[in-house]
Amino acid sequence: MSENGITFENVSKFYGDVLGVNRVNLSIPPGITSLVGPNGSGKTTLMNLMTGLIRPTEGRISILGVAPDQPDRLFNFTGYCTQFDSFPRGMTGYQFIYSYLLVHGKPHVEAEDLTWSAIERVKLTDAAHRKIAGYSKGMRQRIKLAQAMAHAPRVLVLDEPLNGLDPLVRAETIALFRSLAEEGLHVIISSHILHEVDAISDQVVLLSSGYVVAEGQIHGVRTEVEEHPMQILIRCTRPSALASRIFELDTVVEARLHNDGKGLLVRTRDPDRFYLMLNRLVVDGVDLESVAPADDDVLSVYEYLIGPDGGSI
Amino acid sequence: MNRASWNLWRAQVAAILRLEIKKNFLARRGIWIYLLALAPAVLMWVHAAMNLRDHRVCDLGRDNLIFATMFQFFYLRLAVFFGCVGVFLNLFRGEMLEKSLHYYLLTPVRREVLLAGKYLAGVITTSVIFCTGTALTLAAILIHVPHAAAAQYLLNGGVGHIVAYLGTTMLACVGYGSVFLLMGFLFRNPIVPAALVLIWESANPFLPALLKKLSVIFYLQSLSPISVPAQGDFAFLAILGEPAPAYLAVTGLLLVACVCLWFAARKVRQLEINYGTE
Repeated sequence: MSENGITFENVSKFYGDVLGVNRVNLSIPPGITSLVGPNGSGKTTLMNLMTGLIRPTEGRISILGVAPDQPDRLFNFTGYCTQFDSFPRGMTGYQFIYSYLLVHGKPHVEAEDLTWSAIERVKLTDAAHRKIAGYSKGMRQRIKLAQAMAHAPRVLVLDEPLNGLDPLVRAETIALFRSLAEEGLHVIISSHILHEVDAISDQVVLLSSGYVVAEGQIHGVRTEVEEHPMQILIRCTRPSALASRIFELDTVVEARLHNDGKGLLVRTRDPDRFYLMLNRLVVDGVDLESVAPADDDVLSVYEYLIGPDGGSI
Repeated sequence: MNRASWNLWRAQVAAILRLEIKKNFLARRGIWIYLLALAPAVLMWVHAAMNLRDHRVCDLGRDNLIFATMFQFFYLRLAVFFGCVGVFLNLFRGEMLEKSLHYYLLTPVRREVLLAGKYLAGVITTSVIFCTGTALTLAAILIHVPHAAAAQYLLNGGVGHIVAYLGTTMLACVGYGSVFLLMGFLFRNPIVPAALVLIWESANPFLPALLKKLSVIFYLQSLSPISVPAQGDFAFLAILGEPAPAYLAVTGLLLVACVCLWFAARKVRQLEINYGTE
C-alpha cells in the first residue's frame, strides 16, 4: 500500500442488501480532489470508509499507508468534517474544539493554542465563547471545519463543506482549501455545486449509483468521453464566413453560430487536429479573438456521464 | 506497550472523563436517577424529623433492619439497577441518537480506551449519586438516635457497616454498569435488556448454584452487612443459598464485570456510525 497517497483497492460496501459503493479502485494524490455525484451516489460512503466510521464489506483502504481501522494512528494526520449537523450538548465553539483536542492527547497549553489558531482560521473569534446551539448554519459549518483542521492534519476529508456558507465566507473557505492544497495536503471534498468544484479541484472522482464513473484531472476525464465530441467556442468577426470553411474539416461534426452572434460553437471528435488546422482555415477579413474549450468542465462532464437530472447514464 | 502509550491513554481517558462526567451529571433526562437515589434518604429524613418532633426514642436495631431491607430489595435491585440502565445504556447509544458519537471516533483514540473512559465516567457518576443516597439515608438514621447509642453503634461495628454499604453500592455500579454497557451494544431498545436482566436477577434465588454466580445481585447480597430475615411476601428474595465470603464476592463481581467489558470491547471495535438506522 502506498505511504504517500490514498488508495482504495476493490472496495465494496453493502448496507444489508443495499449497495453503498461497489468495486471502487482509486488512487488519490495530494491536492484537492472532489467527489462529485448525485444524492445516493456513494460520496459520503466513500468518505466514511476512508475514515473508518464504516467498514468495507470487501477490499482494502490505505490512507498514507495506514488502514482506517487504526484510529489511533489515522487521526494523528487525518481530519474529517462530516455532514452531520449535530454537536455535543451545551458546548461553546471554543470548548468543542478544545475538548476534543484533549481527547487527541494534546497537553492543555498546546490544545489552547491550536484551538485559537483554528478558530481564527475560520474567523469565529468573536463567537468562540458562545454556545454552538445559538450559532447560525454557516457558523456551525465553520466550527466543524475548524474542529477538523485544528490538529493540522495532512489529510482533510470534507463532506459538503460549503453548505450553508454565505458567498463571502464561501470564497474565503475555498481560498483556505487552495492554500491547504498548496501546502501539500490531501483535501478531499464532496460537493454538488459543480461550478465551485470546477474552480477548486485538481482532480475529480465522478460517482453514480455506487460506482466510480470517471476519475482524474477534469481535462483528462473530458477527453475520454468520446461519445460526446468536444465543444469549442471560437470568438471572431464574421463567424458565418468561418463556419462555411470549418465544415470542410472531416473532424467537425457540428458548427453553429453563438447566440450573441459574435462567435461560433464547434463540435469536433479530434480537438488537437482541429486546433492545428484552424489557422489554415481562417479566411480573409476574419479576425480570431479567442479559441477555448466550451465543455471542458465538471458541469459538462457530469451531464455527459451522469445526466443533467442526476440520473446515471 | 511502552510508557509513552500509557501516558497517552491516561491523558485521553482523563479528557474523556472531563467530557462525560459533566454530561452524565447535568443531563436533564437523568433527573429521575437522582430521584431514585434520594428516595430512601427522603423517606428516612421524614421519619427522623417526625421522631424528633414527637420526641420519640428511635430503635436503632429496628431502623437498621428497615434500612437493610430497603437497601437489598429496593436500592440495589431497583434504584441502582435502573440508575445504571439510565447512565450506562446511554454512554454510546445516547450519543448515537444525538448523532455526536462520531466526534470521538474521529480522534486518535483506541476504541478500547474510549470504552474504558466512558465506563469509568459512568462508574464515577453512579457511584457518587448512589453512595451519596446511601450516606444520606444512614445519616438520617443516626441523626435521631441518642448520641450515646449512635457512638456505641459506630464503635461496635457501625463504621464497618457504613463502609460495607458504601462499598456494596459502588460495586453494584461497577457490576450493573458493565452489564448495561454491554447491553447497549447488543440492543437498540433499552427496555428489552433492562427487562431481561431484571428477570434474570430476580430469578437468582431459584437458579442452580452455578448460574447464581452469573449475576450481580448474588455477590451484592453476599456483601450486605446485615442479613434480612426471610419472612413476609418477599421472603423468597432474601433467601441466599450459600453466601460467598466477602473476598470471593468482590472477586466474583469484578470477574463478571471484566467478562462484560471484554465483550463490550469486542463490540466497540466493530462499531460503525450509521445514524440513519438509529
